[in-house]
Amino acid sequence: MYRLEKRPQPSAVMRVVSPLLAAVAMLVTGFVVFTLLGKDPAQAFYVFFIKPINTSYGFGELLLKASPLILCGLGLALCYRANVWNIGAEGHLTLGAITGGGVALWLGDSTSLFALPLMLLAGALGGAAWGAIPAWLRNRFHTNEILVSLMLVYIAQLLLSYLVHGPWRDPAGYNFPQSKAFGEAELLPMLIQQTRVNGSLVLALVLAGASWFFSEKTFAGFRLQVAGLAPAAAAYAGFSEKRNVWLVMLLSGASAGLAGVCEVAGPIGQLQASISPGYGFAAIIVAWVGRLHPLGVVLGGLLMSLLYLGGEAAQMQLALPSAVTGLFQGVLLFYLLAADIFINYRLRNTATATPPNAAPSSTEAGV
Amino acid sequence: MTGVISPRLALTDISKRYPGVVANDGISLKVFPGEIHALLGENGAGKSTLMKIVYGVTKPDAGTILWENRYQNINSPAEARRLGIGMVFQHFSLFETLTVAENIALALDRRIKPVLLAEQIRDVSVRYGLPIDPRRLVHSMSVGERQRVEIVRCLLQTPKLLIMDEPTSVLTPQAVLTLFETLRRLSAEGCSILYISHKLDEIRALCDTATVLRGGRVSGRAIPAKESNQSLARMMIGADLPECRLMENTIGEVRIGIQRLSLRTEDPFGTTLKDINLAVHSGEIVGIAGVSGNGQKELLAALSGETIVAQPQSVLIDGHPAGRLNPAQRRHLGLSFVPEERLGRGAVPPMSLSYNALLTGSRRGMLRSGIVRKAIMRAFARNVIDLFKVKCNQEYSAASSLSGGNLQKYIVGRETLLQPRAIIVAQPTWGVDVGASMLIRQALIDLRNRGVAVLVISEELEELFMISDRIAVLAQGRLSQPVLLSDTSVEQIGQWMSGQFDTIESEREENELVPA
Repeated sequence: MYRLEKRPQPSAVMRVVSPLLAAVAMLVTGFVVFTLLGKDPAQAFYVFFIKPINTSYGFGELLLKASPLILCGLGLALCYRANVWNIGAEGHLTLGAITGGGVALWLGDSTSLFALPLMLLAGALGGAAWGAIPAWLRNRFHTNEILVSLMLVYIAQLLLSYLVHGPWRDPAGYNFPQSKAFGEAELLPMLIQQTRVNGSLVLALVLAGASWFFSEKTFAGFRLQVAGLAPAAAAYAGFSEKRNVWLVMLLSGASAGLAGVCEVAGPIGQLQASISPGYGFAAIIVAWVGRLHPLGVVLGGLLMSLLYLGGEAAQMQLALPSAVTGLFQGVLLFYLLAADIFINYRLRNTATATPPNAAPSSTEAGV
Repeated sequence: MTGVISPRLALTDISKRYPGVVANDGISLKVFPGEIHALLGENGAGKSTLMKIVYGVTKPDAGTILWENRYQNINSPAEARRLGIGMVFQHFSLFETLTVAENIALALDRRIKPVLLAEQIRDVSVRYGLPIDPRRLVHSMSVGERQRVEIVRCLLQTPKLLIMDEPTSVLTPQAVLTLFETLRRLSAEGCSILYISHKLDEIRALCDTATVLRGGRVSGRAIPAKESNQSLARMMIGADLPECRLMENTIGEVRIGIQRLSLRTEDPFGTTLKDINLAVHSGEIVGIAGVSGNGQKELLAALSGETIVAQPQSVLIDGHPAGRLNPAQRRHLGLSFVPEERLGRGAVPPMSLSYNALLTGSRRGMLRSGIVRKAIMRAFARNVIDLFKVKCNQEYSAASSLSGGNLQKYIVGRETLLQPRAIIVAQPTWGVDVGASMLIRQALIDLRNRGVAVLVISEELEELFMISDRIAVLAQGRLSQPVLLSDTSVEQIGQWMSGQFDTIESEREENELVPA
């Protein structure tokens, strides 16, 4: 008989091993699913996980798709460290794309060096503004930020849809719901030849470093962590909960907004009705798989990016439905949450423990 | 005891180890019918673990339990109750929104018609001098009354053995006497009682025999009536009870002022504070006695700044109106604060001791333009650890890895080294062993001697009588006039604890014009 037993102290090793366990369990599940679907698992795995990044172009795609995931994941990790349950990164991303893209459309064919920085700034501000709404509502009316941030995602998406179907539609675009293409000065510079990797990767890595510095070195980062680990201790120390909520919502809004503007100023190059395959939602998993740590978020972003690429490849080459990407994402989070129990608990074999009551000794009865 | 009578309960060589600690190590004891048997020991000596084993909550790793001359595995509390073992826990498990009868019905193993049950409750409560109304809602009851519910709940099962875990820690001195009468009556009827406590006076007054535990082992057996407090203490802690002494001290200006503080609680089960006035001067310790749940939590939060008060003048710190300031701002005025809950409020459990220094010590040079200066933070933590003899691996140890007493020493030490002008301490030695208690009390006295204003809120009357210059009582949200220790007695304070200090209130009645 095996039994769960509480550890005297949370295991630091399991904190790191748990995401790896989850990834392995995800692969095993994938194996079973592929087999049940009648695909050769070995070939399916190759198509899903190896082939997409076999070429330098493919590897570039991995980095390209990882950038928005990392940008969104960094902000969400900050929120979750502070016990603020923001799940609206997709909305912040969309609004960042709208404001950043709006600046690009307003600048037209400008060749100014300031065009791109201005777009990035607008994107960050747009995302932050969208993050400010749940923050204000929570602080003012005690609303639940989970619901508010989620609902704001759909509002942002409908706003974008309205814009590209209406006022911002390209008149020369054959009625397609999309804006004019951005000018050369309004696109992110390419980093690596023969690939689509652009400046957003640098941005993501720099922000990961900044996020690490903020969490590890600053008092503001410490305050957030206290609020997340022990809210009563934060109140006792006099750390304002409202200020923390504002801070993390604005920061996570801004970084997701950057992800949005980088998408439209990068691989897309214009505003469209749909600009993200759910990066903002996948980033929730990225944040948790990455243990809410900036370095972990970078690695988690790469893993999640691979799942996106593999899912696309599986659609094209194995004739599997696109849901396979979502399946892997969901299964990964599921196993992660399950494996996390081993941080605080361990398995013990109760069969080896001595039975409590040995044979009675004769000297005892009656006094 | 004659040779004919066999013990009702006999434990032999009971051992229980938890990861990292041996809670019980080869403990044996016998309890005879009608005997009131004390289990005496400090916090962490293994008393509660042993009783949980008897009550079937935990299983021993080794050892045997002999119940009425038969070897018995007690696998669950339900089984223990079937055998006739009842237990009243230190922390009650009652639903506040239900009535007494409903609470009791939930805990019974057999079903009884509500009408019959109410009748039985009345019967039992009258017979044993524990008056309670079965129809009353629990949230309206005092802690003493809630304890009666728990006891009646056990008595309904006509137990042969009743286990009482630190029953008096929540009672006024008068209520303690009532409880003792009830227990004596039960024992006269043949019910055995296992009485867990670390209060020597009580044990000497009540118990027939005592088993003393220290560090998970039996360190002595005694007949308490034949022992002195000193000899029992030597068995319990292996040394004489240390003493604290208050020397004459000059008193200075008011450092903590509470003026007409009224505060309506938002918690439906909280206590509303009514017109509280108090002045704590530099160089004195003022103790506030009272049973918890009488406004202690609310008063502390209003003083620390965790609750903001409408009138800035209601709370004065070193002369500054502070009612509307948050805890960090109040700390800046020179206030230190040791809360009642250590883990999760006074300290962040998974964080290291040095980061826990940063929690309230950030103003003591630990920051440079918002960046944490870790070397200074660690040095501060090391200083606390050395000065207050905190047992831990290093300043890197997580707060949650420390025992309650050690963590409390760390928190008191931290708040002391912040060089406060005034300090507020809630339950300074709650769940802390004797040695650490004395160190903490001495630290508070040292602060007083250095001219700090000290306000202590404690449930332990003994402690307040040991360290206070003046003492006041908080009952039902009202605070009595503080009195000099030499002008009062345990009996008087005990009486005040049940809220009987009207005369003092009415003197001030004409001034009561401040809206709540």
